[in-house]
Amino acid sequence: MTLEPYLLYALAGVGLFAIGLYALIARTHLLRKILALNVMGTGVFLFLIAIAYRSEPVADPVPQAMVLTGIVVSVCATGLALALAHRVQTTTGRMVLAENDESGA
Amino acid sequence: MNLDHWLLVFILLSSFVTGLIIFFLKEEAHRLRTLLNLFGALLKVILVGVMIAGVQANHVYESRLELLPGLDLVLRADAMSALFATLSSVLWLVTTLYAVGYLEGEPHRSRFFGFFSICVSATTGVALAGNLITFLIFYELLTLSTYPLVVHRGTEKSLQAGRTYLIYTLSGGALLLLATVWLHTLAGPVEFSLGGALAQVATQHRSELIAIFALLITGLGVKAALFPLHGWLPQAMVAPAPVSALLHAVAVVKAGAFGIVRVVYDLYGVYTAEALGVLAPLAGVAAFTIIYGSVRALFQDDLKRRLAFSTVSQVSYIALGTALFGYLSTIGGLTHLVHQGIMKITLFFCAGIFAHTLGVHKVSEMAGLGLRMPWSMAAFTIAALGMIGVPPFAGFISKWYIGLGAVGSGSYWAVAILAASSALNAAYFLPILHAAWFKKRQDPWPADHAHGAGEGHWMLLAPPLVTAALVVAAGVLANAPFSPLEWVRYITEIEYGK
Amino acid sequence: MTLWDTAPWLLWSIVLPLSAGILTFLFRRAAPWIGIATTLGSVVSVAGLAAQVVHSGPLRYSVGGWGVPLGIDLRADGLSVLMLVMSAVIGVAVSVYAARYFSDADATDERAVQAHQRAYFWPLWMFLLAGLNGLFLAADIFHLYVTLELLGFAAVSLAALAGKRAAVVAAMRYLLVSLSGSLFFLFGVAILYAAYATVDLTALAGKVQPGPLAWSALALMASGLLIKGAVFPLHFWLPPAHANAPTPVSALLSALVVKASFYILLRLWFELFGAVVTPATATFLGLLGAGAILWGSAQALHQPRLKLLVAYSTVAQLGYLMLVFPLAQNAGSALTAWSACVYFVLAHACAKTAMFLAAGNIAHAAGHDRIADLDGITQALPLSVAAFALAGISLIGLPPSGGFIAKWMLLQAAIGSGKWGWATLILVGSLLAAAYVMRVLWHAFTQVEVARPLHRVPRTMEWSALALSLLAVLLGLMAARPVELLRSGAPVSMHAPGQT
Repeated sequence: MTLEPYLLYALAGVGLFAIGLYALIARTHLLRKILALNVMGTGVFLFLIAIAYRSEPVADPVPQAMVLTGIVVSVCATGLALALAHRVQTTTGRMVLAENDESGA
Repeated sequence: MNLDHWLLVFILLSSFVTGLIIFFLKEEAHRLRTLLNLFGALLKVILVGVMIAGVQANHVYESRLELLPGLDLVLRADAMSALFATLSSVLWLVTTLYAVGYLEGEPHRSRFFGFFSICVSATTGVALAGNLITFLIFYELLTLSTYPLVVHRGTEKSLQAGRTYLIYTLSGGALLLLATVWLHTLAGPVEFSLGGALAQVATQHRSELIAIFALLITGLGVKAALFPLHGWLPQAMVAPAPVSALLHAVAVVKAGAFGIVRVVYDLYGVYTAEALGVLAPLAGVAAFTIIYGSVRALFQDDLKRRLAFSTVSQVSYIALGTALFGYLSTIGGLTHLVHQGIMKITLFFCAGIFAHTLGVHKVSEMAGLGLRMPWSMAAFTIAALGMIGVPPFAGFISKWYIGLGAVGSGSYWAVAILAASSALNAAYFLPILHAAWFKKRQDPWPADHAHGAGEGHWMLLAPPLVTAALVVAAGVLANAPFSPLEWVRYITEIEYGK
Repeated sequence: MTLWDTAPWLLWSIVLPLSAGILTFLFRRAAPWIGIATTLGSVVSVAGLAAQVVHSGPLRYSVGGWGVPLGIDLRADGLSVLMLVMSAVIGVAVSVYAARYFSDADATDERAVQAHQRAYFWPLWMFLLAGLNGLFLAADIFHLYVTLELLGFAAVSLAALAGKRAAVVAAMRYLLVSLSGSLFFLFGVAILYAAYATVDLTALAGKVQPGPLAWSALALMASGLLIKGAVFPLHFWLPPAHANAPTPVSALLSALVVKASFYILLRLWFELFGAVVTPATATFLGLLGAGAILWGSAQALHQPRLKLLVAYSTVAQLGYLMLVFPLAQNAGSALTAWSACVYFVLAHACAKTAMFLAAGNIAHAAGHDRIADLDGITQALPLSVAAFALAGISLIGLPPSGGFIAKWMLLQAAIGSGKWGWATLILVGSLLAAAYVMRVLWHAFTQVEVARPLHRVPRTMEWSALALSLLAVLLGLMAARPVELLRSGAPVSMHAPGQT
């Protein structure tokens, strides 16, 4: 059985998602977490683009539309996340989430 | 608009709306509040009177609201609900008067009387409930509206009592809910009807019905203070006297007892219940509770605690009369529902007067009380003698019928229970009467608010005199039309299909 | 046919808050009035939509006339209408409350950051409402993803609004959770598209068959929604985020936002994956719910602060929603279980909003929200304490509240299918709820010699809490019609034999 090119890209997308998820959980620095989320997102986008090319020669436009929308959402998300991370740094002085901050009034 | 359709709703609203208005009154609006209270209470008595006249003339009063597809909230007036509605509305009227006098000058009266009114609406709802779900709704509303009354004083002790009260009653309510849902899934929408409604179902689902019965009685037994579920009742004695009177005679305990009566007669039907074999265990528990309560009462020095254990014992007479399978014992049990109410409310009224006017809380402090407050003590005496079962007072009538029924159905053990309990009743009441009337006072009163002479305030004195008169009347005029006994006979004939 | 009958009401319920979001950003002075008017407007449009659905069954609307597959379709059935009614009604109450809350003259030091809060609350809240309404009306799973993200952004920004250390940290955590949850969901969407070449809910409904692709899509989407829905044990982010936000925000987050994820899960589970789910997965979700009920209640019993107690109560109450999955397994009780959980959502939304608003009033008046020091609060705030108590009645599930009717139906479904374990859990959960509600009300009856000086709480803030709590109780007496409405467009798998 030969590996279709689109399947290779799709699997790469899954891999990126997994790597991003690992980093999101394992890394504590907020910038790294935000980057990890972007990697996860890129994984999903790669997957979507890959399945759009299943039906060569003409690519399926729907996944492409989804990816475009997804990228817009992702940019917004990153912007919001960076702004919040900056606020975290100015209020706590650190770029990590403390374990125990429930009781702070 | 059909007025018949709305009568039952009006009966509920007469106190509910009053309660809501009272919440928003200013603390100082004493006159307006009293006026509203008495107006609501009188209106309710009148409406209940109209309802009784209608029920007597075979008029059907019914109101429905669809809660869910296939599940209705039903209010319906039948002979049984009329009995309980009358009891609670009449006793509420006197208790309101008493409470106004008792709480004069105390803080949070708007809150108190608001919940007080809602509590009575809930009790009337329990009386008028036409099916188990409606009963459950008002039964839980009763729990919620009495909690603020129990903790009214706001002291550590009363909050503790309130906590115990809620733990007991909410757990009981949960069991009741479980049983109600179970029955609903088993038998569909079942409504109360004189003579029972589950005869059909019983042939197929015998074991389920027995389990449901056990759950229902356990849930109801919490409020009816059946052993071992009575723990909350003596603790709840920290509440002000009008609340104790209400809890014991009108609302909570009675709602539990009334629920047991409803379940046995109007849900299962007495023949079905007997066929399922669930009455004997209930009779056993009731009999044990009767003796247990009396024995515990014997060792209480605190007057209200003694009365509380007496309630534990006396309310189980109702359960016992209900559970002994026999026409006459049913009459006895149902009559005791009313008679115990008027007797116990008199006793609590008097205990409240003693505490409020003279600071007397303990049995050992009661020496010479009869000379100081002859009227109050006379009312107390009548009610106490009635409790013991001395003729011609009310208690005698109901005990007599329960005894007759026990003999009739061959349950001689129950007669022994009755005899033993009466002896115990005498043992815990007679020393009080003896001390109050025949012992000379040595020490000064613990806290004499009436300054050396006289009875309490008239608003405190009138209610027990009225209820004591009822105790005498219910006994002496037992055969007159519209006496509790006659009304109960009418109900019982329907229940046994005579 | 009048205009009222034919107007595209479902479009209005999105367009109105969306334009209000822009307007409130531009005209800051008028923002509160625009906000209140918009929520009132959405009540009107939801009423129009409800009339249409009651009259002619589920609706579908193609925005701009493009249609599937490239255009966006909206659709409304009984479930979406009830959810819209919920967001509209809660929206009005919260807007009225917030109008006063963010402009209160005698602001305390605690709310020193007033100005920017006032400036950003209204646009964010309007966008949140638009996202929420869009989500309830979405007809395809990709549109669900987009609205879920919009909702998440607005919610996170609102959670950060208080600007204090704890709030910012909680919001940051919330954002990370929310974004990763959405990406899980998007991955599921991608897989479903890969397998079935459509994202339309209706078109997918008949197509999804058991197999590795469907299972992985279900697993990814469910995990994403469970983490966004704060289902035990993924609830860790919720209590700090909800408890540290300004009061109106806490109410919105707890009452509406977490429900959105649950709504999607409910739709997917019964409409798309009906053939895929196994009893084991259903039981697994039910067990998560059981864990939520027990753990959330236990935590609520130990919280020193009022708002944290209310937030943990949300964790516990969300657990009940999970019970729909095991209880709907049995064909005979599926419709009951499904109606029960939707009604639970409504009752909880009203009760929880009322409870947060009341808690906010109490905290505002006392200057703190330490439960142990709340003695004598009733004398100062009888209406708010009453609101708290009535909301508590519904949360506990005591009659005649909406919570009671929901629990009645849950119990009916449990007992009807012989699942006694779940029935017991429901009752135990109620008693635990009673315990934590009473922890607070306990202090309503204590006496204090000297009343401490308390901040004044505006009347409208007290009354909006009370009105919602009354609604939560009255929901118990008007359940018949909503439950009837729910059957309009109920998932096919619900039409079990023996049910009408």
